[in-house]
Amino acid sequence: MRFGVLQFPGSCDEVDALHAARRVGDAELIWHAERDLRGAEAIVVPGGFSYGDYLRAGAIARFSPAMESVIDFARDGGLVLGICNGFQVLCEAHLLPGALLPNANLRFTFRQVELDVIQSDTAFTCASAGLARLSIPAKHSWGRYYADAATLDQLERRGQVVLRYAPAHNFNGSLRDIAGVCNEAGNVFGLMPHPEHAVDALTGDGSTDGLTIFQSMRLAVEGARV
Amino acid sequence: MRARVLIRPKAGILDPQGAAVERALPALGFAGVANVHVGRLVELDVEDSSQLDSMCERLLANPLVEDYEVQLLS
Repeated sequence: MRFGVLQFPGSCDEVDALHAARRVGDAELIWHAERDLRGAEAIVVPGGFSYGDYLRAGAIARFSPAMESVIDFARDGGLVLGICNGFQVLCEAHLLPGALLPNANLRFTFRQVELDVIQSDTAFTCASAGLARLSIPAKHSWGRYYADAATLDQLERRGQVVLRYAPAHNFNGSLRDIAGVCNEAGNVFGLMPHPEHAVDALTGDGSTDGLTIFQSMRLAVEGARV
Repeated sequence: MRARVLIRPKAGILDPQGAAVERALPALGFAGVANVHVGRLVELDVEDSSQLDSMCERLLANPLVEDYEVQLLS
């Protein structure tokens, strides 16, 4: 199982994403200027401040050569995980519905959050058996999930709301407490909190719950391969 | 041609920047301030002004959450 982790100018969480992916498989970095995804079976679009977040978070990264390839990869059914800035990039690329707006309190916030697993049978949560709630860190100032009411209704109806902030953990004002959504086909997933920072008991407030996202992707890829 | 693009949060979408400015102005003694919204301004020289709408749709604005207005200056 081989992960490719994108790296943009201004990314800052790609190394943690690489380490997290390497706990469940092989992984290598893919520089934003490359078009070749080098045989990756799953892509991680990491957190940070791609292209300085100029104009809007993710707006410029979305047009990078590597992202053009990721868009094709996703349209062919490949698994794509977007974390924080990566989630913003996937929304800007229209691979995921909605948009991320400034936190309602206008503050950069770094805290551990509890997330309720709403869909435990997706390619990104299928290894979460017995984990109805994940504890992982969040750190952003631009993470308020927004979509219009009709889109939100549709997301809920189709089971695309994968993770919600647990009661009292929606610090950024996301609509309907949405922390992570997938596309209709279920192969593209984005979330604002950082599973890659919660894979070792030494960090991430002692939680290793983030690993379940990467383990799920491995299961999904290897299941598809058999 | 010189053009100016004004980009604003869509009506009805929470605009915390606007709300913060709206609270700050009375604190400085400016009374009677309401409906403050904060957006972005992009000024550019373009050879083909017919492309401006497409530039806004694809990059300068996010039409899902922002409205834009193009002004031709010269």
